[in-house]
Amino acid sequence: MSRLFTGLQAALLAVTLTTGANAAVPPLLPAVATVHIKDFKYNLPALAVHMGDRVTFVNDDDEAHTVTATDKSFDSEGLDTAGTWQHVFTKPGTYHYFCELHPYMKATIVVLPAAAK
Amino acid sequence: MKRDDFLKHVAWTGTGIAWSLSGTGLFSAGALAADGGISFVQISDSHIGFSHPENPDVIGTLQQTIGAINAMPVQPSFVVHTGDVTHLAKPAQFDTAKQLLGTLKAPLIVLPGEHDVIGTSDAFFAAFRRSDAPQGWFSWDQGGVHFLSLVNVFNFEIDGKLGTEQLDFVEKDLAAQKKSTPIVVFAHVPLYALFPPWGWTTEDGSRVLAALRRFNAVTVLNGHIHQIVQHTDGNIRFATAASTAYPQPAPGTADKPGPLKVPSSKLLSVLGYRSVEIARNAATIADHALQA
Repeated sequence: MSRLFTGLQAALLAVTLTTGANAAVPPLLPAVATVHIKDFKYNLPALAVHMGDRVTFVNDDDEAHTVTATDKSFDSEGLDTAGTWQHVFTKPGTYHYFCELHPYMKATIVVLPAAAK
Repeated sequence: MKRDDFLKHVAWTGTGIAWSLSGTGLFSAGALAADGGISFVQISDSHIGFSHPENPDVIGTLQQTIGAINAMPVQPSFVVHTGDVTHLAKPAQFDTAKQLLGTLKAPLIVLPGEHDVIGTSDAFFAAFRRSDAPQGWFSWDQGGVHFLSLVNVFNFEIDGKLGTEQLDFVEKDLAAQKKSTPIVVFAHVPLYALFPPWGWTTEDGSRVLAALRRFNAVTVLNGHIHQIVQHTDGNIRFATAASTAYPQPAPGTADKPGPLKVPSSKLLSVLGYRSVEIARNAATIADHALQA
């Protein structure tokens, strides 16, 4: 599991991954953007966020998918139907990601330096 | 060649429909010849952990499949599971699958599908590693047939890829076989370009097919697409298997692949297992639905 996760996020992720589709969806932490996976596509194929931002991914398909960085810096592992996963981007750069189960599904997230407060 | 020319869907019947894979193309069916040969069973795509309306009870349908195989009057020499044993590669899903598959009377061979190696292949190997196949792929001789069990789901970014190391193994392995020896190949993803837009192809499968062309009779059995599709290419007969969990749309008949909802009363008629008999150079395949 990514070192980037706080204990709370890790616990949340563990709950997300172990509950069935019919179990109550755990509360999500506030995120700057939500990427929905629908019809074998990431609905935000190109997304820009700032360093430190959290992004939520939701699988709206009947089929399982993953959110996997080509540089392996993040990986949701298997997201079942209605499964959610969150990731905090801590390093600026351009991140290409894809679905390990359907590698033709691809998208990109650009992480900009931290937003001015 | 038009796709329709080489893609044929084979209908089910309650007792199974048999078609010949003999070099002559003649229909042959019936019990295994008494003068040798071998019979085995293929099952595929059990997706333990899946729990959605397309099949809320994948454990039950796998148990039903196993029950039918165990009830065969002549037990097969082995049962091969051609991958996607689990839905999300979770250790608990492998535990359940291993427990269920452990109730088969016949010896079991399991190869991974892409759903079994999400993120890592550790959980798959923990459940099903063979001492004679440290990397997952292997070959053996049994009943006068040369068998190859391949893995085309280990690539990080491409489903349907064997990789150079495995291709080298296959070429060397096949080079040592006689032209007259029947060859049977197992792999999860179809080894030919069955429907590339949905990823139903093996990117570097052509090297395997090239190495198979010199043999008199070759049978390639795959899973992955949750339906029976047969295809002939020269001396090579391909057949994908039904799932024990849920069907998928026929190639190109939907916007996307994925679980296909059929009326609950029809589900068992599109799930099942396959028995294969190989005697001399003739392979006979029979697909058996869980319900007529």
